[in-house]
Amino acid sequence: MSGGRADPLVQVDGLSVAFRYAGGILMAVRDASIAVTPGETFGIVGESGSGKSTLLRAIAGLVRPAGGRIAIAGETVGPRRSRAQRRALQFVFQDPYGSLHPRQTVDRALREPLAIHALPDADRRIVEAMADVDLAPAFRFRYPHQLSGGQRQRVAIARALILEPKILLLDEPTSALDVSVQAEVLNLLARIRAARSLTGILVSHDLGVVAHLCRRIAVMRHGAVLEILDVEALRRGEVVHPYTRGLIAASRGYRRRREDNGAGWIK
Amino acid sequence: MTDVPLLNVQDLSVAFTAEGATTRAVDGLSFTLGRERLGIVGESGSGKSTTGRAILGLVPRPGVVTARRLRFAGEDLLGLSRRQWTRYRGRRIAMITQDPKFSLNPVMSVEAQVTEAYRLHHGGGARAARRRALDMLDAVAIADPDKVARLYPHQLSGGMAQRVMIAAMLIAEPDLLIADEAVSALDVTVQNEVLGVLDRLVAERGMGLIFISHNLTAVASFCDRVLVMYGGRVMEDCDAGSLQAARHPYTRALLAAAPDLDHPRQTLSVVARDPAWLA
Amino acid sequence: MTATDELGGWVAEAAPTSPGQARLRRLAGGARHLGRSPLAVLGFAIVAALVLAALLAPLVAQGVSPLAQNLGARLEAPSAAHWFGTDELGRDIFVRTVYGARATLAIVALVGVIVVPIGLMVGTAAGYAGGLLDGVLMRLTDVFLAFPSLVLALAFAAALGPGIVNAVIAISLTAWPPYARLARAETASIARSDFIAAVVLQGASTPRILLRHIVPLCLSSVIIRLTLDMAGIILIAAGLGFLGLGAQPPTPEWGAMVAAGRSVVFDHWWVSTIPGLAIFSVSLAFNLVGDGLRDVFDPKDA
Repeated sequence: MSGGRADPLVQVDGLSVAFRYAGGILMAVRDASIAVTPGETFGIVGESGSGKSTLLRAIAGLVRPAGGRIAIAGETVGPRRSRAQRRALQFVFQDPYGSLHPRQTVDRALREPLAIHALPDADRRIVEAMADVDLAPAFRFRYPHQLSGGQRQRVAIARALILEPKILLLDEPTSALDVSVQAEVLNLLARIRAARSLTGILVSHDLGVVAHLCRRIAVMRHGAVLEILDVEALRRGEVVHPYTRGLIAASRGYRRRREDNGAGWIK
Repeated sequence: MTDVPLLNVQDLSVAFTAEGATTRAVDGLSFTLGRERLGIVGESGSGKSTTGRAILGLVPRPGVVTARRLRFAGEDLLGLSRRQWTRYRGRRIAMITQDPKFSLNPVMSVEAQVTEAYRLHHGGGARAARRRALDMLDAVAIADPDKVARLYPHQLSGGMAQRVMIAAMLIAEPDLLIADEAVSALDVTVQNEVLGVLDRLVAERGMGLIFISHNLTAVASFCDRVLVMYGGRVMEDCDAGSLQAARHPYTRALLAAAPDLDHPRQTLSVVARDPAWLA
Repeated sequence: MTATDELGGWVAEAAPTSPGQARLRRLAGGARHLGRSPLAVLGFAIVAALVLAALLAPLVAQGVSPLAQNLGARLEAPSAAHWFGTDELGRDIFVRTVYGARATLAIVALVGVIVVPIGLMVGTAAGYAGGLLDGVLMRLTDVFLAFPSLVLALAFAAALGPGIVNAVIAISLTAWPPYARLARAETASIARSDFIAAVVLQGASTPRILLRHIVPLCLSSVIIRLTLDMAGIILIAAGLGFLGLGAQPPTPEWGAMVAAGRSVVFDHWWVSTIPGLAIFSVSLAFNLVGDGLRDVFDPKDA
């Protein structure tokens, strides 16, 4: 439940991330703060360049923050993490074509995390992980190029879940997929979340997708968190920031302005 | 019907043969287009993009295009020679694609690209071309045409580049514009601005527009009429406004599969495909 | 139903059921692809012939020793008895050419075995770590790249004495830097990909990431490069032999054989020409194989 008094499982305080490039320094994330309670799926929505993916990567420890603090289960973490800290938090990437090693079969991709953490019963776990994401056993020794986008994304989800993490970070997990495949993957994520009481953070540019899975949503723009609001409030249009209002309107589709149909606009 | 439709397509098929097997990317497609916004929606592999390319005579090598009729403003497009195509392509039928950065020449300034399109099709002096180019940039809602004209593609944002692309395509004043996922890579707020530009061009110039997209919401809210494609065939042909009341099970399933901000559902429906649709 | 039919069926089966089968299917696919290029097949055939000749030299030479002299039959033209003729000591040139494949193959194989691991190690470490380590390793690479192979080999031979081992060391010293650069460039782009980020997030150690995830992806381009470089290595080895700094007489070695026939080349052309042709065809074959492999391992395919 949102707004519960449970201690946050993921807490981000005043986080900034800076990227150096040829012309200077780009502040990809500036002074962002979010708190995610155990069992909730928290949404981050924003357009390109809003810093939403960078924030997620910083939480995962893939990007070094320039300032601020990230705490997982009350423990402050940086980009260097212990194996146990890594295991607690897994990631699903946007591009199902780039997130699987091109020369490794599904079996190998699922076996690797088990080998790293020296978990026993690898074969049983692999079979179960594939069943959990509705992947037929026939796919076990396929290479990524023999799989469709949706199947690859299922492999990526199975790979994240096989370590039994507490937290699942989802970076636009369905934006590269067709609507029908997206529906299957979103249903799968909802089912897994319920079955495992997973805590999740979902990043997307698609308000519909975020609202479907999340109760609370942070709206980001230009690296900053503009506001954090409840999905119900968002649906009712009870938002503080005009940008959020514009984003909601835009995601409902194109609205023809009546004067546009008049003549004389092009000289 | 006394008017000749802008585009009349009867029984259009595109077949690709590889290693002995023939696949039909487009299979018996028919429609007529007036001076309106026609949306073609479908998932990947539905044949929507191939349809757009077939109309422009741009289907790549092993592909074979056949049709009973493919007429543009009463003139037959079938069997045009490469030379004859140049009278149509770019001049009377233009196309914009998903990635403007790919279609724009990285070492030419915006002005050079837009004026080149104009001089290619209309000839005329440099000064006239420049004035026309600035007008065009203004028409696609670029705030400061003088400044933007001097920029190079890498200095443009995605939305800006797509508008420059549209300006370059429209300066020849085509009668038909094919927009293939033209706004899909853009942020939603920018998408709607670019759609606004296209909308005005249709309304004021009487241009025909074929808007190819995977995005049902965009097509339903922007177009006049919609073709829903699956497996190279048309599943549904209806008014965009009545898409929500669509009858074909595929269309209904697609609509129910997309998460909707205003109508939350516990689980999204999964699209079941009936082989009979392609029989 | 023959056994090979069954095997073929198993390899081509729709769903592989073991890692071995999956790997074999990929290899079979690569081999089919390669089979479509006649030039690559020709290259493979010549290289295979070279390897066979080296391994089975005594058999191919029908027991004739490459060192057996017959001063009564000096500089005889090619005939049924001596297919490629005889040299100035009456030794059979066919037999010597066949045995010469051993020296060539030994040099090529040793250089490959030394150069590839060093190049991969330096290159992937530099590309993955970036920063200071990258700078240091790459400057070191530049230093070695600055030595001209043949000159270094000459210096080596002068300092340590001529011989195959010293030739191999000299060639390897100057041959590894391009591999390090290649591996570094590949690693730099692979390291940014999401599938590497995924293993980092699984908690994999850096050596594990390099060895199990990055090196296998660099390997194909390194092997292609090595095959294409083989021609150059063979030529340098032959050059050293020609200058008397490679294999020492009486060991049969193609470069040395060319040199030996130099003084009689106008009257007895075969003495120099036959080993020269051997050098030429084997270099060409390695190039053809390299081109074929490059087509198979095309990154679009990966």
